Formats: sequence, C-alpha cells, structure tokens
Amino acid sequence: MKHTISILCDDTPGVMTRVSGLFSRRGFNIESLSVGHTELPGKSRFTIVVKGDDRVLEQVRKQLQKLVHVIRAWDIKQPEAVEREHALIKIEVDQRKRAELLEIITAVQARIVDSSDSIWILEVTGDTSSVDSAFNLFKEYRILESIRTGKIALERGPGRFAQL
Amino acid sequence: MKKGRMTGARAIVRTLEALEVQVVFGYPGGATLPIYDELAKSSIRHVLARHEQGAAHMADGYARATGRIGVCMSTSGPGATNLVTGLANAFMDSSPLVAITGQVPRSMIGNDAFQEVDITGITLPITKHNYLIQEAAELPHCLEEAFFLASTGRKGPVLLDIPRDVQSEEFSLSQARRPALEGYNPTTEGHPGQIKRAVGLLKKARRPLIISGGGVLQGDACAELLRMAEQGELPVAYTLMGKSSFPNTHPFCLGLLGYHGRVAANTAVSEADVILALGTRFGDRSTGPLGSYASSAAVIHVDIDPAEISKNVPAFLPIVGEVKQITGRLVELLPPLRHADWIERLQGVAKNHPLRGRPEGLTIPNILHILKQMVPDPVLVTDVGRHQIFAAHYFPVREARSFITSGGLGTMGFGLPAAMGAKLGRPERPVVVVSGDGSFLMTCQQLAAAVAERIPILVLVMNDHCLGMIEQLQDAFYGGRHEACRLGDNVDFAALAQSMGGLGLRVSREQEIAPAIERGLSCGKPCVVDCLLEESANVYPMVTGASLLEYVE
Repeated sequence: MKHTISILCDDTPGVMTRVSGLFSRRGFNIESLSVGHTELPGKSRFTIVVKGDDRVLEQVRKQLQKLVHVIRAWDIKQPEAVEREHALIKIEVDQRKRAELLEIITAVQARIVDSSDSIWILEVTGDTSSVDSAFNLFKEYRILESIRTGKIALERGPGRFAQL
Repeated sequence: MKKGRMTGARAIVRTLEALEVQVVFGYPGGATLPIYDELAKSSIRHVLARHEQGAAHMADGYARATGRIGVCMSTSGPGATNLVTGLANAFMDSSPLVAITGQVPRSMIGNDAFQEVDITGITLPITKHNYLIQEAAELPHCLEEAFFLASTGRKGPVLLDIPRDVQSEEFSLSQARRPALEGYNPTTEGHPGQIKRAVGLLKKARRPLIISGGGVLQGDACAELLRMAEQGELPVAYTLMGKSSFPNTHPFCLGLLGYHGRVAANTAVSEADVILALGTRFGDRSTGPLGSYASSAAVIHVDIDPAEISKNVPAFLPIVGEVKQITGRLVELLPPLRHADWIERLQGVAKNHPLRGRPEGLTIPNILHILKQMVPDPVLVTDVGRHQIFAAHYFPVREARSFITSGGLGTMGFGLPAAMGAKLGRPERPVVVVSGDGSFLMTCQQLAAAVAERIPILVLVMNDHCLGMIEQLQDAFYGGRHEACRLGDNVDFAALAQSMGGLGLRVSREQEIAPAIERGLSCGKPCVVDCLLEESANVYPMVTGASLLEYVE
C-alpha cells in the first residue's frame, strides 16, 4: 500500500542520508521525496511517498522517530490531508495547434510561465492525479523536458501533528 | 595561549576528565596526534590496543562489566574502518560506547586525502548517533551529548569524527555552543494503566513465564526481576544476553531459551498463557521459528525502545519505559501468587531433559565444570561458536554482568579484548575467557597488549582443530560435508602466548586441567591454556524443525 510519511526534523547536514537510509536498507524505493523549511526556525519538513508492506513501514516510521534529529515522524492518511504536487513542462508549440493547446492550458488550470519563440514552459499544480492527467493531455504535444516536485501534504484542521 | 582559550584537543581531554572517564582504549595515528599529546598530560589511562577492532571490543567489555561508558579511539581511514566491527557489535547488543575517530583536516575532506574515509557515512546504520565535528567550539557540548545519548534510553555506541585541524584549533570557552536535543525524549516511566493491565493478566495467568533479556542487565533491573519472580512464583527463562540477569541455579530458573535453548525453557514458551518479556527484542536466536512461537500466550512486552514493540512478536500488551521502573512497579502491585503445578511440570521437563554433554575427560562441559569448582564467581567472557553455547549451558552464574558474550552480531574474536576491558573495569574479579581455536586466532594479537598493559586474564582455548559451529551446521544441514572447517593442528597456542610474554600452557589430559587453571590464575599475567579436546562434540539441544519443540538433544 502507498503511504505518505511526514517528518519534522532539525535542518542539519546528514539528516537526508539518515532518513533515506532507513528506507533503502529494507529495499523500499522512495517514489517521491520533498523537503523544505517550515515556519519553525532551524526545522525542515519532509514528505515521503513510498509503497510497501504496512507492518514494515510502521517499523520504518518507528526507526525514523528514533533518529536524534527527528522530532516527529507520522503517517498521513489520505482523505484527511490536502496534497499538492508541482510540475514544469517545456513544450514546443506548433503554431497550427496553438489555440487548441491554450484551451487545454485553461482547462487544467496550468500557467504559461515562460515563452521563448515557439518554446513554452507550463506550470501545473494539483494533487498527484490532476498533475498526472495534465501530463496525459500534454502528451499529444511535443514535450521537450519536464520535471515534478515530490508531493507535499498537510492534514486538514488541527491535524495529528497538533495531537502528537 | 590566552586565558580562557584552549585547543580542541585539550577540550576533548578536559571534557573526558569531567565525565569521569578513567580509561581510553585506542591506537594512535596521524589524525589523532593532537589528542594524544594532551592525553599524555591527563590522569586518564590509555590502553594501547594492537588493532582498533580490539580497542572497540575492550571498551565494549569494560561497559558490559561495569555499566559505565566505554571509550575507544582511532585515527582516520583504516583506523576508523577497523573500529567498524566493534561498533556494530556494541550496537547490536545495546552497549554504551563512545568512539572518537580522527579525520583529515577540514579543507581536505572530500578530496580523497591520505587516510581519508567517510566514517560517519559508514557507521550511520551501526551507531545510535554520530557527529562530524565542524569546529572546536562544538566539542565540549558534543562530547557531553554523545555520553548522554550512549547511556540513556536504549543504550548504544555514539561516534565523533574530529578533523585534525579542529583538534588544534583554539577557541574560547565562552564561544562553546549548546544546541538542544529536541527530538530525543526516551520514555522512562511505563504507562500506569498498562502496568495495571499487566498485573491483571499476571493475576489470571495459570502458566505464566518471564523471559529475561539483555535489557534487564543494561537497565539494572536484576534485583526487581528476582523479587518479581519469587513474589509471583514465576518461572524465568533467559536469552543469551540475559544469562546473568537471574541466578542460574534458582529453582524457578529454566535456563537458556531459543534455538539452542533448554527443553524446559522452550516448553514453557510454547505452553505459557502469559509471557512477561523484559528487555528482550525477540531476536531470531531466542525465538526460533516465529510462525509457531508462543502461540498460546498473551505477550506483555516491556522495553525501553518503542520500535521493538511488535517488531518480531506481536505484543498483546506493550509497556514502553525503563525495565527497572516498570518491574519495580509490578512488584509493588502484584500480590503473592502460587503456580506450584506449573513450576512442578516445568521442573519435571527439566529433569527428563538434562544436558547430555559428557562431564568427564577433556571435554568442554568437564573443563567448565572444573573451572566452576575452582572459580565460582568469575566474570566469564566467551567468544563465538560452539564453546559459547556450551558456556551458556554448563557454567551457571549468579551475579549481574558476570557473563559477557557477543549476542546479536556473533563476533568471533570478541572474547579476548572484551575480557581485557572487563578486567580493567573490575580488577578485583578473576576474568576468564572461554574461547575456541577459531575465535581466538581472530584477535590473538591483543595478548601482546594484555601483557604490556599488565592485564591478568585467563584464556581457555577449547581447541578441537576445527570451526565447531560450522561443523555442527554442516552435520545437521549439509550431509556432514565439512567444507572449509578444518583448522589443522599447526598452531601451538601455548607457544604463541609465551612468545608475547604471557604464560602459555598446554593441556592434553583431564588431570592437567585443574593445575593449569590454578597456575594461570596465580601467575599474575595473561595466561593462555591450550586445551586439546579429546572430541569434537556438537552442542545440544538444537532446534531443527518448524517449532521450538522440534529439536535434537
């Protein structure tokens, strides 16, 4: 089963290796990982998406919690959380298909963040499945390169973090 | 140097002194010379090992024998990688260690400099925590923190990697930085509700059992365990790590459990309705096949580490916290109970399934028997192999921390250096190593250090000219094909000991055992007794099937 694990930790060298090592030694492939600063000075927050056996992942979560630099590690349940991913897609625009492309851009609420001659960079934000469908729609056009951030997630309301 | 200022190296030694470190086990190198220069001016004793792995095992043995933190030190590169086995060994058995490694100067890190290795990277999964020190001002606090981490919660090794230029960098004490340990809050007190529920379960139990693990020793809870067992009339089985947590000859003691466990202990596990597991992680050697493990029992799992709860064996009732506090509370709440029928049944099983090792001639059981009569309460240190299990079965101990062995990692070569550390920690006690010819050769060079440092220990080499445990496994599972297990008879262990300045004796007849032990203990220096065993006997019981009750004995 797919899990979204959230980790609040000290922003210090080596934290990433310590965290990822606990997944890799059990043979888990991290599907996505995003990390950044938080409202707390000196603290970072990871969102890690990983597929695996529930029991083993609970063991990983407990081991994460044991790392000295980790303040909290918890599993985010999907319906209780807002999730976002961000993608940048570079497309070569065929002038004959321009109008059609603009329509799709509007439909998926993408934005054109750069246009240099016939090459545009589009920006898409949404949960994983809406970013997936945007990619699906743009597949018809010539994608030169693309990149996605990992998922980030916050629980609705006070969330379990407040209760922990 | 101005007043109030000092170098990193001096700060290290001063902090170690302030932390009441009495002995450091180490081996110098280019990247630790500034520390050695300061150590020379200190009251701290330095024991010069003959290989860094031995330094780590010595610190480990010291920690296990005393309960204090063991400190070891090596240089960068090969010195640091040589520590790795010792750190992993301490990590698996939750032994409190602080390791200091030298590192190349900061400006050269990452440049593949001479004797550079990423030791914090290498030891990430085998230390409780580690540090790469960036500036001298961090040193006092990081060292204190390392000691705090090593010795609290679930204990374990902590490593500090210190670049050489940080050791010689000057800083003023007012600059010393103090970051907070926000993410580290080990639970100490067990949940009162859970403790009450445990009392309820134990009161209703008809076939209760205590499993005592290494955590009872690490958590200093042996007295509470004994009171608990007697008050509740609860039989006790121990894991290899927990052997000295309970008097081995106590009428409620069932002995070692698990893969090589006594039939009575494994019967108790299989038939119990309530198991109180204290400070054990249910390692696979102690459980045997998990599918059928303790199938009729509700398991109350008491452990300091929440990650151990339901990791291997599902806990019916987990209690996270210090085993001393929790067991103490259980003793207070538990009324006196009687389980005469159950105890009688288990004692009956024990009587019908005695140990079947030959108690005469030049055999391991007989040597251990003679040793026990001559030295009733030594600190017994074992190596790893067949002799280790023999020692667990045939040498009953009664005091905490009097049986030291490499349990989790199973490190051959642990015995001799660990015994040296143990002897320094408890000089008033005779320290005896039971080793094998395979294990002893792995770290025998440490005998040179034992002689030079005047550490009088007695080593009994159970010499059967083969790797006994390998032979046993090949007998059981590989059709008796003894591939790569014959060591030959070309090593004269007595001569080896003599060549290093120790006393070396050779025993080839039963009546020579006692005089050799007598001479070894009274000679005042390290002694190796080469015991030429008359047989290469396998150690039983051994679980061979899909449950603890399918065994060969």
